[in-house]
Amino acid sequence: MHGFANPARFLKIARWLTVPLLVSGLVLSFGAVLWGLTQVPPDRLMGDTVRILFVHVPAAWLGMGGWSAIAIASLVELVWRHPLAAIAARAAAVPGATFTALCLVTGSIWGRPTWGTWWVWDGRLTSMLVLLFLYFGYIALSSSLAREGQPSRIAAIFGLVGAINIPIINRSVVWWNSLHQPPSITMGESSIDPVFLWPLLIATLGFSLLFGGVVLARMRAILADTQAEARLRRKAMQAEEVAR
Amino acid sequence: MNAERSGGLKPKHQRLVLVVVALVALVGAGLLAAYALRNQASYFYVPADIAASPPVPGEAIRLGGMVENGSIDTADDGVTVEFVVQDGQARVPVIYAGIVPALFVEGSGVVAEGSMRADGTFVADNLLAKHDENYMPRELEGMSTAELREELQESVAGANE
Repeated sequence: MHGFANPARFLKIARWLTVPLLVSGLVLSFGAVLWGLTQVPPDRLMGDTVRILFVHVPAAWLGMGGWSAIAIASLVELVWRHPLAAIAARAAAVPGATFTALCLVTGSIWGRPTWGTWWVWDGRLTSMLVLLFLYFGYIALSSSLAREGQPSRIAAIFGLVGAINIPIINRSVVWWNSLHQPPSITMGESSIDPVFLWPLLIATLGFSLLFGGVVLARMRAILADTQAEARLRRKAMQAEEVAR
Repeated sequence: MNAERSGGLKPKHQRLVLVVVALVALVGAGLLAAYALRNQASYFYVPADIAASPPVPGEAIRLGGMVENGSIDTADDGVTVEFVVQDGQARVPVIYAGIVPALFVEGSGVVAEGSMRADGTFVADNLLAKHDENYMPRELEGMSTAELREELQESVAGANE
C-alpha cells in the first residue's frame, strides 16, 4: 500500500484513470436512469412515481459509502500515517455530501405523492439529515485545517467518530417503527422485481464510477495546490536570499 | 501490558490498538444509546402498544399498522372514512375526515396522526400511507395483462348495469 505513498506514482495512475472513470460513470448513470424513466413498467401501487428509485437509492448508498470511505481513510491516516489518506478523505467529502443531499431531495419529492408528506422526523429521514450535517462539519473542519497548514488529525478523528451514524442509518428502519419502509435488499435477497433491480444496479455502478472519478480529480487538484504552494514558498525564499 | 511488551510494540501497532479500542468503545456507546432509544425513537405506536398501555384520551399520538382487509367504510358525506388498523395482535378502529393518500388501500400500511377518543376509537387529523419494501410491476402481481384487462372490462360492465 505504501507503494502509492509516492505522490508521483499515484498521480501517474490517477491521471490515467480519472477520465475513463468519469466518462463510463456518466454513460452508465445516464443510460440506467433513461432506461428507468422510459422502459420500466409502473409499480403496482406507486405507478410512475417508482422511477425516482433509480436516482434516490444509488444516491443514498453513495452518501453512506462516502462517509465509510472517509472513515477508512481516516483510520489509515491515524494508524499508518499514509500521506495520501488525508487527501483522499478530504476529496471524498464533497461528492459524499452531494449524493446525500440528492438522496434527501429525491426522497422528499418521492414522499409527497406516496406517503402524503414531504418530510417526517422518523428514524431513517432524521439520521440521513444528520449525515448531511456531519458532512458539512467535516468539510468545514478539514478545509480550514488545510488552509492553515495544520495537521489533519482532528478531522480524521471526526471522520471516525461520525462513522457511528452509518450503521444507525442502516438499522433505523429495523430498530424503530418508521414511515420509511424496511430494506428491500438484504444479504443477497431482494424484494425488488428484477425489472426494477437491473437498472437500479447499473445506476449504482454508474454513480460509483462517477464518485471514484470525482475523488481522483479532487485528489489531483489538492496535490497540485500543495505543490504550487511549496514552489511559491521556495521562490519567495530564493528571492529573499538574492535581495540580501 | 508490561513495560517490556509495550516497549516492543511498534508505534504503528500502538496506534492501531488505540484506535481499535476507541472505536469499540464508540460503537458500543452508540449501540447502547440506540437500544435505549428504541421506544422513544419510534415514529408511531402499533395497535399492540395501544392495547398494552392505553394512551390518555386527547393526547396527540401517531398510530401505525396495516389497514384491515374489508374494513374501509366511507360515510355518506363522502369524506369521512372509518377503518381498522391492525398489527396481527390487536386492532384499533380509526375515524378520519378528509382526503386520503393515493396509496391508502386495504391490506396496506398506514400512519395516522391524531388522538384516542374515550370510547377507544382513534380520531385521525392526518393520514400518511406507508409503502412496503416490495417493488413489483402491476402485470406480475399474479395477473397477466390480459387477465387485468378482462377484470377491468367486467368492472366497467358491472358499473353500467
